[in-house]
This record gives sequence, C-alpha cells and structure tokens, in this order.
Amino acid sequence: MVATSTRNGEAPPSTPPEVDPKASPPRRGREPLRRRVRRDWALLALMLPGVLYFLVFHYGALFGNLIAFKDYVPFIGVWDSPWVGMENFTSLLSDGDFWHAAWNTVSIAGLQLLFYFPAPLALALLLHSLAGDTLRRFVQSVVYLPHFISWVIVVALFQQVLGDIGVLNGVLGDMGLSAVDIIGNPDAYRPLVIAQVIWKECGWGTIIFLAALTNVNEQLYEAAAIDGAGWWRRFWHVTLPAIRPVVILLLILRLGDILTVGFEQFFLQRNAVGPAAGEVLDTFVYYTGIGSGDFGTATAAGLMKGAIGLVLVYSANKIAHRMGEQGVYKSS
Amino acid sequence: MSANRPAWMGRPSPVVRTAKAVALTVVVLLVIFPFWTIVATSIATPEEVIANGGWVVIPTTLSFSAYTDVFEGGVITNALAVSAGITVIGTAASLVATIFLAYALARPGVVGGRGVLLLVLFTFLFPPAMIPSFLVVRETGLFDEYAALILPVLINVFNLVVMRGFFQSVPGELIEAARLDGAGDLRILTRIVMPLSKAVIAVVGLFYAVAYWNSFFNAIIYLDDSSKWPIQAVLRQYVSQGAALTDTSEQTMVNSPQSVKMAVVVMATIPIVLVYPFIQRFFTKGVLTGAIKS
Repeated sequence: MVATSTRNGEAPPSTPPEVDPKASPPRRGREPLRRRVRRDWALLALMLPGVLYFLVFHYGALFGNLIAFKDYVPFIGVWDSPWVGMENFTSLLSDGDFWHAAWNTVSIAGLQLLFYFPAPLALALLLHSLAGDTLRRFVQSVVYLPHFISWVIVVALFQQVLGDIGVLNGVLGDMGLSAVDIIGNPDAYRPLVIAQVIWKECGWGTIIFLAALTNVNEQLYEAAAIDGAGWWRRFWHVTLPAIRPVVILLLILRLGDILTVGFEQFFLQRNAVGPAAGEVLDTFVYYTGIGSGDFGTATAAGLMKGAIGLVLVYSANKIAHRMGEQGVYKSS
Repeated sequence: MSANRPAWMGRPSPVVRTAKAVALTVVVLLVIFPFWTIVATSIATPEEVIANGGWVVIPTTLSFSAYTDVFEGGVITNALAVSAGITVIGTAASLVATIFLAYALARPGVVGGRGVLLLVLFTFLFPPAMIPSFLVVRETGLFDEYAALILPVLINVFNLVVMRGFFQSVPGELIEAARLDGAGDLRILTRIVMPLSKAVIAVVGLFYAVAYWNSFFNAIIYLDDSSKWPIQAVLRQYVSQGAALTDTSEQTMVNSPQSVKMAVVVMATIPIVLVYPFIQRFFTKGVLTGAIKS
C-alpha cells in the first residue's frame, strides 16, 4: 500500500508519464535508493530473467573475446589462460587462408550489393504499381514465404531444381542437351549463392520499400499528373525522392555488413565446393575455432571483423550525413 | 480489381500491362515451383522417381510410401519431436522473458531502468560472436543439453524493442487506475497490458517459433550427441551431405532415397507453411511495418 501511494503521489497530475517517457519526473531522483527499490521490486523481479540472459550470453560472450589476446587453454578457462598480446592477430594476418576468405567475402558481398540489393526495390516498385489490391496481396503472400524457410531447406530446394539429378538437368537431358554443372561447381558458386539469397529474401525485402512507397502523399502524384508529368517524371520527381532516405539507410547498413554475407547459407555449401571458392570469413572462424580448436585465432578473426564493421557503419553514416541524408536511425 | 485506381493515373498501355503480368507470373512461379517439385517427388511412386532420374513434377500415381518409410525409420520421427519440443518450450520461454523485460522497461522511472535499457541496446552493436558464445555455453554447462538450443537465443533484441514500443503505447491512465484499485505489476501486465497487445505478442511469438523451428547450427555445435538433433540439423546431414538415413536401413535405399529425402524436406517445411497464414494476417495490420520503421 505504501509503495502504491508513493508512486501515485509522484505521477505528474495531468499528463500521464507514458506519453513522454523521456521526461522523467524530477522529484524521483531525490528519493533514497532503498525506497525506490522497495517500490519497484515487482518490476525488478520481472526484469531479472532478461537481464541475466543479456549478462551471461551477451556480456559473457563479449568478455570471452579476451581470448583473442590469449593462448586459450580450455582446462584453465578464459581468465587464467596466459596473455599473448597480439600474437593471434599477427598469425592471422600472415595466414593466406584468412586473406582468401576475406577476399571471397568481399567479392560475394560486392555481388550481393550489385544484384541482391536492388532486387527488392524493383519488385516493390512493380508491386506498388499494381492497381488491384487482391492481386498485390496474393503476390505478396507468395513472395514473403521463402523468408520463413530455413537455409537447410532452401539449399535442398535448389539441389532438387538445379542439381545434377535435378529438374533442370532432367529437362535439358530430355531435350537432348548436355547437363549443366551448377551445384557443387566452384565456378558457379557465386552466381548460385546470389540467386539463392535473392530467391529467399527478395520478397521480404520489399516490405520496407513498400512502406515507404505507400507513405507518399497521393496528392503529390495527383498534382504532378495535373501539371502534365508523365509516368517517368512522376517516378523521378515524386517516387524516387520519397524512397531515397530508406534506400540510403539500407545501403549504409549493408556497407557496414560488407564482411558478413550470411553464415548458414555458406556453412551448408562450403564443403560441396571446397574452401577455395566456398570459404567466407564466418566459415573461416567456424573451421579455425570449432573445427581445428584454434580458438584464439578464430576469435581474433571474429573480433577484427566486428571492429571493421563498426568502423564501416560509422563512416558510411558520416558520409550520408555530409550528403544531407538522415542516415541510420537513432535508436530509441 | 482496378476499381481503386486514382483518376489521374491513366490506364497503362497493353504493352506495359502484359510486361507486368509476365514479370509477376515469372516471380510467383519461381517461388512456388521448387516447393511444388519437392512435394510432387515425395508423393510419386519410388519407381517413377528413379525412372525419371530423381525428380518428378507431375506424378502419374500417388504413393505415400516415402512418408511411411520415414516414419518407420525413427530418426526423423525423433528429430521432429525434438524440433516440436524446442519450438514450443523455447517460444514460451522467450515470450515470457521478452514480455517481462519489455514491460519493466516500458514503465517510466523504474529504478535502474535506463541502465538496463542501455545494457540491452548496446548489444545491437556487438552481437555475440560465434566462438565466445560457444565458450559461454561450455562454461555454463549447457553443452550437449537441449537448453543450449534455447537459452543462448532466449531474447531477440529486435523483438524486445518492438514489444517495448508497443507496451509504451498502452494508455498510462489505464495502468494508474488499476494501480489505484490495488493491482500489482504482474496483474496489470497480465490483465491490462497483454490483452491490449495481443497482435504484437502473436507476431513476436510467431517469429520466435519460426526461428526455433528453423535453427540447426546451434544444434550442430552445441549438441555432440547427434541423436538429440532437431529435424533441420538431421535434414542438413543427409540432404546436403548425401548421408543415408542412419537407421531406415536398406529398405530406404531400395525405396528411392530421393523421394524419401523429399518427404523429409516436406515435413521440415510443413509447420512453417501451416503457420504462415497467421503471420501473413498481421502484415495487413501494419504491426510489422510500424515496428520496422522504428
């Protein structure tokens, strides 16, 4: 009872606090900590499982990154393993396999940027141009579906369609043509993984563009049309400016993630094409760390990747600001 | 269908309309066809699959022998049960943890609330890396336990932020009124906030469920004992590595492994396809678009 009345006494009389969460009641700070804890104990108890989760599995893992600077010995644990300074990093940087994986990653990311990035935008524009709601909803529900399918299944589907005993080669065979070697062929690997990610995520990727497109004020189109603007000019002067912030925002996020091309997809197919074509940084971390037990070097690789990613997002955001764009969202 | 075309938008020319129709048909077919052919291959007679070289698009006779084979084997039945268990228990645990934390962080002025919020948002910048997470799982004794498939991914930060945003929009007057009536926080959460947030809870729950059902990598690294593996991990083993079904014995080999494989793929996909219309319903409500924009 005491707790309740204190809480009510403090709430600003007219405005409910939920309307503006940032304006915390000024008097609250002066209350002794013990009373505040006693007042909020129920909420603190509700927080507990979540806070524990973050402390153990996020901050614990963050702490585990220390082994990038250590000679990790599993028996004595992260803390007691001897420090080795930058040794893991120097051995990593002199490892040709690492550079190879880095090159594969960057070039696949480049191809993704070129082909996978614009695909959802094109599909969104096509969907948005449809006049019929029923048709649009139908197409949307079809193209969103692959997003929810696991990579294991996506890989299996591609094998069944494009594999050596798959539909494509069967049809080619029936037509008397020679088979095409796609699955498991290192030379075809890059186009294959790009095709897969487009198949899986292109539809889902339209959501954010469609949201931006539907937010465009209809009157702008109307006014443009009345002024005699044709389809192209309406697109250029109304549609494009409206979606530009979203496109730039996604582009920034994508640039920051240039060292991440997706893990599961590559983990599943790396052995089929061999490390020369199939190794990317994330699979390199996996095979170095969990595969060969060199935890220190693997962690160093992961850490370096994360750090470069942060720098990239930060710089891309800076450039966007300089260009007068909004850039990455400010997290609430 | 074209009733809601605005007056200023002229009817597109036949060429444009045809081009659009063709493009849409191609897109839809590209998405549907792979699903179609795995289902067709799984329900064709094994002889037909073999005779046709491993795939079927339109089966001449239907046969469910691939499915009965799979269920007789035991491996798949077991893996499906594991997946179902992980999905149900994991989703429940994740929802409870997410709702609790989101609610506590949505209430203004909670002691330590800002600190916890920062703690959580900071993890956006540094998602847990593979090797350190692996070490945490090992050091906490979760290795080779089913809990290793749930606890390390208990709360998704994105889901948490979406949920918190939704809870914040619950009118404060309602909550204060309930407090005046003597309701505690747990009661307010379960009787007022949660009933008002059914849509977001459903969406987040479905997202968690899909993620649990689809996950395979954690099982591969955290569960040494492959008899504990969920369906996706097992499926990966012999779809992408060509391994035979370990205890479906020679019967499988005789019985066209391709149709059996496809039957397994179908079974691993079916729960998602069944749940999909429910996810789909919420897109129209704009829950997601609103969330993504924030």
